[in-house]
Amino acid sequence: MVNTSVELSGITLSNPVIPASGTFGFGYEFAELYDINKLGTFSFKGTTKEPRFGNPTPRIAECTAGMINSVGLQNPGVEKVISEELPKLKKCFNKPVIANISGFSVDEYVYTCEKIDKEEQVGIIEVNISCPNVHGGGMSFGTSAKSAAEVTKAVKAVTTKPVYIKLSPNVTDITEIAKACEDAGADGISMINTLMGMRIDLKTKKPVVANKSGGFSGPAIFPVAVSMVYRTFEAVKIPIIGMGGVSTAENVIEMMLAGATAVQVGAANLADPYAGLKIVEALPEAMEKYGIKNLKDIIGGAH
Amino acid sequence: MKDVIYTVESNEQLTENVYKMKLAGDTSAITAPGQFINIKIESLFLRRPISVFDCEDGAVTIIYKVVGTGTEKMAQMTKGQKLDCLTGLGNGFNTELSGNSPVVIGGGVGVPPMYYLAKKLREQNKNVTAILGFNKESEIFGEEDFKSLGVKTVVTTVDGSAGIKGFVTDGMKDIDYTYFYTCGPEPMLKAVYNASKTSGQFSFEERMGCGFGACMGCSCKTKYGNKRICKEGPVLVKEEIIW
Repeated sequence: MVNTSVELSGITLSNPVIPASGTFGFGYEFAELYDINKLGTFSFKGTTKEPRFGNPTPRIAECTAGMINSVGLQNPGVEKVISEELPKLKKCFNKPVIANISGFSVDEYVYTCEKIDKEEQVGIIEVNISCPNVHGGGMSFGTSAKSAAEVTKAVKAVTTKPVYIKLSPNVTDITEIAKACEDAGADGISMINTLMGMRIDLKTKKPVVANKSGGFSGPAIFPVAVSMVYRTFEAVKIPIIGMGGVSTAENVIEMMLAGATAVQVGAANLADPYAGLKIVEALPEAMEKYGIKNLKDIIGGAH
Repeated sequence: MKDVIYTVESNEQLTENVYKMKLAGDTSAITAPGQFINIKIESLFLRRPISVFDCEDGAVTIIYKVVGTGTEKMAQMTKGQKLDCLTGLGNGFNTELSGNSPVVIGGGVGVPPMYYLAKKLREQNKNVTAILGFNKESEIFGEEDFKSLGVKTVVTTVDGSAGIKGFVTDGMKDIDYTYFYTCGPEPMLKAVYNASKTSGQFSFEERMGCGFGACMGCSCKTKYGNKRICKEGPVLVKEEIIW
């Protein structure tokens, strides 16, 4: 028997597999397909202070081994998330969930964090400072160490729950931003968000997505993510949730060897709604194949 | 929604770039005409959403146009091949609102979902008229299928090479109907909206990520709030549409 459990800031997960924000809604729709309690946990749809429709369509473009999205943080706003979405989730999920929040000013991050902090079911708050699809917020906080630290400090002040900062790969040196977040009190790092990408339609000779650029994700970015997690593991002491193109149990092991304590699965859920479950179920066999008895023991093992 | 591994039973060419594929397997998740299936194609990341042309116990038939890499690969598929599909996606058409004499209006690759709809309406003994719009005679498909259901079938072509010369809206002029259903390119849908004298339902298209409501890739605004084309759509009622 292998042991797949891991620990994030005092919260024990039965396995490290976590569907990523924006690819799993608020969970309950996937619960119609399988028992989502089999997952380590999941990170729910990025939530903001105000309701948002997001960007114009088309919002999706296909790429080799991946996709571009420019959804733009569509969500019903934190009040409705609390009054409508979380009660539905509670009926089908009995684990602490990761609340993914975003904002367009420090005050908005604080507002949303304060509200979501009071939700019993929320185990970890994941602060998205890296959405490439919104202007005047989102990624702009994640591309400077100073503003990343500012957001971290501000949200830490209004919650007692562990705060993980979700970082953008669209920076010169992601380890600097990670360090700034750690110094500002972050309990962990989630990385990486999508890479900026664009596809151009040869027939119309215009960008495929209406917002022109979007966030590139999927198996194609996996090596980029592994490299960034590997380097960040050497720069910070706080745990890292690794993500970017993860689509197999082997990818989970590789990401953990690079330094991730837990692993998120994003785009793979969209290509196959059972992806999260399949990875969880394949994990013990993959561990046995590579002689791993206790998954926790391999974190950062490649260093 | 159900994930089903189908077996290709046939894949025949109907016109220069339109194909008809019959897939054998579980169809229990397909509960309404106007729903679609989302097809996993080897080596491509995203699935391809295709509307249901016909559905029976144990087999679903789709008609698709070759427009890119995914549909090119589909056109090459042969009998016996396996296809991973998510089935029974979308809301589909509501046949209860149709009155006694509904008209179904399809344009180009918007024609296929109208067939399964017409079939269901005929099962309810409705007096159905179909208006099928194409660019030219060589692109026409499905006409005989509709006729065999006992549906009064009107064909329009933009160049006048067959049927009524003009658009589907020209075919609508001389018929009486209690309700309408339509699927086709957006300019056509808008023209039908403006020409229509009754309430009706529209099936929309949008680029999709997942096809089952998870990614918010295909959202649209309606008078009844934000909807996902893949989940609360693809069918919207006339009264809720914002152009």
